[in-house]
Amino acid sequence: MTNVTMTINGRSVSGTVEGRTLLSTFIRETAGATGTHVGCDTAQCGACTVHVNGASVKSCNMFALEAEGAEVTTIEGMANADGTLGTIQQAFQDHHGLQCGFCTPGMVMTAAALLKDNPTPTEGEVREYLTGNLCRCTGYHNIVKAIMAASGQDVSSIAAE
Amino acid sequence: MPADGGIGAPMKRREDVRFLTGTGRYTDDLNRPGQAYVYFLRSSVAHGKINSVNTEAAGGMPGVVRIFTGADFEGVGSIPCGWQVTDKHGQPMQEPAHPVLAQGKVRHVGDPIAAVVAETLAQARDAAEAIEADIEDLPAVVDMKKALEDGAPKVHDDLTSNLCYDWGFVEENKGAVDEAFAKAAHVTTLELKNQRLVANPMEPRVAIGDFDMADGNSTLYTTSQNPHVIRLLMGAFVLGIPEHKLRVVAPDVGGGFGTKIFHYAEEAFCTFAAKQLRRPVKWTSSRSEAFMSDAHGRDHVTKIELALDADNNFTALRTETYANMGAYLSTFAPSVPTWLHGTLMAGNYKTPLIYVNVKAVFTNTVPVDAYRGAGRPEATYQLERVVDKAARELGVDPIALRRQNFITQFPYATPVAVEYDTGDYEATMAKLEEIADLSGFEARLAESKKNGKLRGLGVNCYIEACGIAPSNLVGQLGARAGLYESATVRVNATGGLVVMTGSHSHGQGHETAFPQVIAEMIGIDPSMVEIVHGDTANTPMGMGTYGSRSLAVGGSAMVRATEKIINKAKKIAAHLLEASEGDIELKDGAFSVAGTDKSVAWGDVTLAAYVPHNYPLEDIEPGLEETAFYDPSNFTYPSGAYCCEVEVDPETGKVTIERFAAADDFGNVVNPMIVEGQVHGGIAQGVGQALLEGCVYDEDGQLLTGSYMDYAMPRADDLPFYSVDHSCQTPCTHNPLGVKGCGEAGAIGSPPAVVNAVVDALQRAGKTDITHIDMPLSPSRVWAAMNQ
Repeated sequence: MTNVTMTINGRSVSGTVEGRTLLSTFIRETAGATGTHVGCDTAQCGACTVHVNGASVKSCNMFALEAEGAEVTTIEGMANADGTLGTIQQAFQDHHGLQCGFCTPGMVMTAAALLKDNPTPTEGEVREYLTGNLCRCTGYHNIVKAIMAASGQDVSSIAAE
Repeated sequence: MPADGGIGAPMKRREDVRFLTGTGRYTDDLNRPGQAYVYFLRSSVAHGKINSVNTEAAGGMPGVVRIFTGADFEGVGSIPCGWQVTDKHGQPMQEPAHPVLAQGKVRHVGDPIAAVVAETLAQARDAAEAIEADIEDLPAVVDMKKALEDGAPKVHDDLTSNLCYDWGFVEENKGAVDEAFAKAAHVTTLELKNQRLVANPMEPRVAIGDFDMADGNSTLYTTSQNPHVIRLLMGAFVLGIPEHKLRVVAPDVGGGFGTKIFHYAEEAFCTFAAKQLRRPVKWTSSRSEAFMSDAHGRDHVTKIELALDADNNFTALRTETYANMGAYLSTFAPSVPTWLHGTLMAGNYKTPLIYVNVKAVFTNTVPVDAYRGAGRPEATYQLERVVDKAARELGVDPIALRRQNFITQFPYATPVAVEYDTGDYEATMAKLEEIADLSGFEARLAESKKNGKLRGLGVNCYIEACGIAPSNLVGQLGARAGLYESATVRVNATGGLVVMTGSHSHGQGHETAFPQVIAEMIGIDPSMVEIVHGDTANTPMGMGTYGSRSLAVGGSAMVRATEKIINKAKKIAAHLLEASEGDIELKDGAFSVAGTDKSVAWGDVTLAAYVPHNYPLEDIEPGLEETAFYDPSNFTYPSGAYCCEVEVDPETGKVTIERFAAADDFGNVVNPMIVEGQVHGGIAQGVGQALLEGCVYDEDGQLLTGSYMDYAMPRADDLPFYSVDHSCQTPCTHNPLGVKGCGEAGAIGSPPAVVNAVVDALQRAGKTDITHIDMPLSPSRVWAAMNQ
């Protein structure tokens, strides 16, 4: 067992972990930030996506010890300072980009990483960037639309009905 | 009426805020004080005799609390099946026992052999590796037809064979159907597979058993679509816990798609073990475990024949299906290929004579049960494929052939025992032609050709029977449960309402849509209404959410309860206004006396109900809380027409969905935004089945698609933006909201559209000998068909 300390959403969190303890387990169980979800065990579904030192990673694919001293941001850290929904979160609500909500934290974290690198992505670029995140509810239509809307693009011409 | 929050408003979902901020409460987010963790050791072989399970070494490993095996469940009940099908000879289906942990034999890869309870999950997993299970390999049966051959290995030694039932529907019509085929001018025959799928809600299943020594009550927290059903099945049939001593909680649930309807062994185990050990026991499925323990879907092998007269009228339909049950009967498995499938075979067409034969078969595979659509996608797929094939054989336009045979008069009694109340199939087809821009196809075809791609167009119709279901009818058909729904509406003194519904939301947005209905009825803002669901301790006995039933059945119960509330509130208002009850009108959140300016606000009436100082106590009780149970008198029948345009790369066989359009008739619509989202998701699952997904076993019963590395889920770049429309509305005539249900339509309507489109593309390219390719239409399958 080894001690590990990292900053999660601005709060310093320490814990004793095994070498095999995953970052996703540390975030959920030690830090109690249960917004990060685990939907698979092969790093395919992306529900556990968080940002580590500004980079988007699947937290089930990284050991907690590898995040020693890191700055970690999870879905709980994505709202505005006054508690209102951040731009991407708000766009997901406005455009019905979620249903059961289980993949949603990973989708929002991935979308944030995309828009940081590519502030006005095309539909094709959004779809390509989302291939590491599975959603079983929405058919992706409204997720893609929400991300394009969050980037400030006019999505009113996208078929909705 | 509220300006922006009543029926028909695309209200943003209130539940989104918690899901978007990481504050949802899914089952795995819950932890009970002092909880232990369970890990199931599962069979790695498809069929084997358990000679011994030695847990001695494992039991001494760090953190191990106790190891359970099948022997610990000798006195415990079998996981029950909720539907008994009667075969064509009038005999009940063969119904094997399903122990919580395997006893004597293992029958599929993933069958649980032992359960290790330990202080941590890692310790439980480590100890499971030290269990010595001596399992003698037995030959496995995987292929359904081989499983029915004489001398085939038997999945259950105490049954006479691997045949669960041989069902004929309608058996009395068989002779007339055969006669019609003998007289037909043309017969189109198609053999096809509706492949096995894995539902794959993104949240894996979780169960936490808890036992309270203070009152002797058990609680199960579980990822379920129907907590009351689990309480009834597990309490009464497996563990012998009366319902008043058992609480089942299904909090936020991350998608269901059918596979979270059923009562699973892991739920019973955790509840049982918690009581034995006097401490909470938690199980969280990994995705790999989900692939081998969640009930799968579909898995039909079918031969369908369509008879037509010389004028291309459908005269008869005959089908023979083999339906895989897997190794045990899951909760509703027997009903899926029979009553949820055979009754749909008329589709949108006035075919006068229909005969459906289904042989349900046990194999050494994971149990198969309802998956989004459940029987209705299987019916729609074969019917719409054979109609398309018939059009090609006859050289007629597939849309025209469909139109010619449409049912046009309603109500319409089909030859397969259901009566469609309303519909307008011509309207949805016309709408589809418009939104799919069918007139522009030739130009798009030319463009594809210029780019070296083959383009195809596929159109189909669908009908669904949902809003499940009239209890007296399903009781006659073998259901061991009623299928009503319930709601309690509690009005608080200050006017806010809490609706406790027996429906369960796991993505459908009940917390937003249900208040819209009440807002409309009372004329208040929907924010005054709170929805409570998912906990047997605080909701009336309900049957849960599946079969597109929440609004049609659960919403109707809520309407009935709210009507009772309004009726009582009118009595109170009449007293306060010193008027006759018959003169009281409710509008915009106020009660008024007709023809006068006298009125009293909603909140004043509700306050009077709880502070009854000036109150008609001699006539009515104080308080304002009502419960209603609603049992529908018929199924609801959504319908529609779908269109898919594909491009096929002739070099690789890769199919790309270029356009997808859906014109649905759901009757009245409460929240169009939510309805569209449901259709989008259904289409993606249907396209996933058509192009990507397929659960594969090898001949020894090894599961080859055991993770997302092997099972191809649809991803964002596999799909286009869809064009969906629900403006054709023929309201349901027998529920108070006139709604039909929209949850399954997309998954039912889309697979045939995709396959019809690919066959069309290949035919246009001169490959006229290709009349069918089995799903999933992977590049290798399409390429092989083109190059055979």
